[in-house]
Amino acid sequence: MEFFRFKRDLPFMKYALIFNVISALTFLIAVGALAYKGLHFGIDFKGGTVAELHFNKTADVAQVRTAVETLNTGEAFVQNFGSPTEVLVRLPIVQNISNAQMGEKLFGAICGSSRPLNEAKNACGEGAEKIELKRVEFVGGQVGRELFESGALALLLVIAGIMLYLAVRFEWRFAVAAIIANLHDVVIILGLFSLFGWEFNLPVLAACLAILGYSVNESVVIADRVRENFRKMRKASVDEVIDNAITSTISRTVITHGSTQIMVLAMLLFGGETLHYFALALTIGICFGIYSSVLVMAPLIRWLGVSRENLVKAEGPPKDPLEAEKILA
Amino acid sequence: MNRYPLWKYAIMIVAMAIGLLYTVPNFFPQVPAVQVSTNKPNVKLDNALLGRVEATLKTAGVPVGYSALDPTGVHIRFQGGDTVTQLKARDALLKELNQGVADGTGSYIIALTNESTVPKWMQSMNALPMFLGLDLRGGVHFLMQVDMKGALDRAADRNMQDIRSLLREKRVSYGGVSKSGETLVVQFSDAAERDKAQVAITTANTDLLLREEGSGGDLRLVVTLKEEAKKKLADAAIEQNQKVLNNRINALGLTEPIIQRQGVDRIVIQVPGASDPARLKDVIGRTGTLEFRHVEAHVGKNSAQLDAAKNGSVPFGLELLTDRQGEQILVRKQPIITGERISSAEPAFDGQNNQPIVRVSTDSQGARILREHTSQNIKERMAIVLIEKGKAEVITAPTTQSELGAQFQISGNMTTRETSDIALLIRSGSIAAPMEIVEERTVGPSLGAENIERGFDSVKWGFVALAAFIVVYYMVMGLISAIALAVNLLLLVAILSMLQATLTLPGIAAIALTLGMAIDANVLIMERIREELREGAKPQEAISAGFDRAWATILDSNITTLIAGIALFAFGSGPVKGFAVVHCLGILTSMFSAVFFARGIVNLVYGARKKLEKISIGTVWRPDEVVTKPATLDAQ
Repeated sequence: MEFFRFKRDLPFMKYALIFNVISALTFLIAVGALAYKGLHFGIDFKGGTVAELHFNKTADVAQVRTAVETLNTGEAFVQNFGSPTEVLVRLPIVQNISNAQMGEKLFGAICGSSRPLNEAKNACGEGAEKIELKRVEFVGGQVGRELFESGALALLLVIAGIMLYLAVRFEWRFAVAAIIANLHDVVIILGLFSLFGWEFNLPVLAACLAILGYSVNESVVIADRVRENFRKMRKASVDEVIDNAITSTISRTVITHGSTQIMVLAMLLFGGETLHYFALALTIGICFGIYSSVLVMAPLIRWLGVSRENLVKAEGPPKDPLEAEKILA
Repeated sequence: MNRYPLWKYAIMIVAMAIGLLYTVPNFFPQVPAVQVSTNKPNVKLDNALLGRVEATLKTAGVPVGYSALDPTGVHIRFQGGDTVTQLKARDALLKELNQGVADGTGSYIIALTNESTVPKWMQSMNALPMFLGLDLRGGVHFLMQVDMKGALDRAADRNMQDIRSLLREKRVSYGGVSKSGETLVVQFSDAAERDKAQVAITTANTDLLLREEGSGGDLRLVVTLKEEAKKKLADAAIEQNQKVLNNRINALGLTEPIIQRQGVDRIVIQVPGASDPARLKDVIGRTGTLEFRHVEAHVGKNSAQLDAAKNGSVPFGLELLTDRQGEQILVRKQPIITGERISSAEPAFDGQNNQPIVRVSTDSQGARILREHTSQNIKERMAIVLIEKGKAEVITAPTTQSELGAQFQISGNMTTRETSDIALLIRSGSIAAPMEIVEERTVGPSLGAENIERGFDSVKWGFVALAAFIVVYYMVMGLISAIALAVNLLLLVAILSMLQATLTLPGIAAIALTLGMAIDANVLIMERIREELREGAKPQEAISAGFDRAWATILDSNITTLIAGIALFAFGSGPVKGFAVVHCLGILTSMFSAVFFARGIVNLVYGARKKLEKISIGTVWRPDEVVTKPATLDAQ
């Protein structure tokens, strides 16, 4: 099998402007969504209480909601979680109620008087009426703020680290182009999460950072080719060099991303609710990763004015014997 | 050109063998077990105990499948290995060894555990299964914030009392001691007296910083804690709290609790597999402090004052509380001693009338203060008060029968249940600084099992689909890549097991993701080989050039992924950290498996053939050919 059969290099650079306009538009929509709606932060970053309940029969969400409202906690979310027998309740931080007791209070209210609590206080009722408390998480406001800050710090550190590496390994133009292309992916992930009101939690942040590191791979592979082509294709123009670099790596780009997506798809299908948003963020990142490294980064390096002199001279004598052969030949 | 020397193949075989050895323990099941251990220094864990345990279980009719003694205690597993037998065994042992006392005051800790069935020879090579995180096996996680200001405030309280009694003892005349926040101010009217006081205080307590203030008849001595003393106090407070938490959790018969300091003023508690989180939370959540206070008025004394207080006029410095019998009493707010002075409290029986009592011991400072107070207040009542979140609760308010010292007992119409409760509360009260739960994650065991299944399914089906695709697309070379990917998985799990890492659901997700990303290296190599073939290279040359050329790119792209992984590790917390560890390790193992290992297999398959005419790497399409070729390529 061979998916990609190109008789000549695809003229990506000819349409660079169109691609850049498309990117700019999606980027603006994402930023607009973020600015207007903001992110729907999970309790990891915002603080609050989350409880996951299992009902032995189909859960009556409206009834649970009424029970939760008696606690007077302000905004509370009650929703089905994966299947009709699972219910997720999310409460904000409530002043004057001891944090640790919130979960217990919540479960007591949902069970009501008709279903007696068991001794361990993690199940109530009998038979079809049984409700099981599968998970309770509470995060205090201060801890949430700290998790948010360290998350943001991690993001900055990744950006700085990757830029530094690319600047040393290639050239500053590649570093700038690669980081813009890949931040573009992350911003679009965040934008979609904001637009659809999906929960942004710690695993999603981890997915964003993983995507950032992963997408840069593509940029590296293309940059590698661009440099090699500058050496090989002595007479070619910058556009031709870039076109050839993209065309000859696109097969690898799509297959690699496809392979990773197979794994992520398995997570999306079998991983359950806990991994759902994590896998979703990865899916968005992988799809846009292909687009951004091919169609965002490459035009950017041209706009930034990369040329043969930037790369080949700065390199010094090649260390790789195979490369040396090529140049001498 | 495509031959490995023998030692390279040897490395491959050794890597596989080590990988298998350390991966396999994860597949041995965990069985319910009971562990008998102790936290008392004078109780010995020896063969006599083992014999006693075995005999007890035999008489109780519990079928023992395995029993052993090691430095951590006696371990028992059961035939059949169900939790019902486990509970039966626990109850039988509790009755025999601890006289049925389950609050941790008995000589032994009898804990329900899960033990791995990994054979001894593997265990001796440290081939053990990975720890499962709370999200996979259920359990509780608490993050406690220690209130350092509270600790300093209470240290100032203590110092105020110490200075008072010290100055009285040294016969220094002073105007009074007052406290604002953490600062104490001692008033004097005479400079000579102040100097005397200064000498006395500095010799008695070197942690205090003294500053002279005022002039004429209004002289002051401002007393604060030295900075290093503050730090020492904070460290000691955290350590003390950790010890208390540990004792309390042990008292519930839960083993393997993780109790660690995090940052400056936080404590992390993790108890995996806790079957009773509500009780655990109750015990951990008892973060109050204990005070012994003087009872100013009760029904039999100063009843006029008591009645006035009941009607709303509570005198300054006193407060109205309800004792255990439901009677209201008026107690001083200023404590006589606080919980830190208590070194132990145990339920016991009075030697003379066999009544249940609580035996309490204090440290020497506490003993001195108590002796001084009680000698003047015999036949008066003293309240033992637990203060939790600003609210005071009287545990008991006994009448002082004689002058108390370092050891005394609390007696009077209590049941054994009550004495053990009071003992637990008095001991629990001895935390050094108030704490608050700022993060809690409780996962039920059923969710844990579900999460394992989900994670496992994701990896399994993802791997199968990925391998199928790669084999179809790259034929034999694809099969080799799939084998390399399997080796990658094996090595990754082996390394995680060697490090005794904690596996979480995000960790399993990271395994899946890392495998999906690791295939990148193989794809790069395969595409390079195809490209070389397309350009007309001979098969052997194409293999060699493909692997060599792809290497630089693989290295580059892995380093950027590694940067992201390291940042996640440095700033992530909890499960995200687990994700980062797996991610970083997976990148490293993938370089080994995709480049070194896959090359080895390729060399084995193709390298020996001098006249290799084709490689099975799927279609290599050439732009100049109209008809696509079959899945092989003829050499030119």
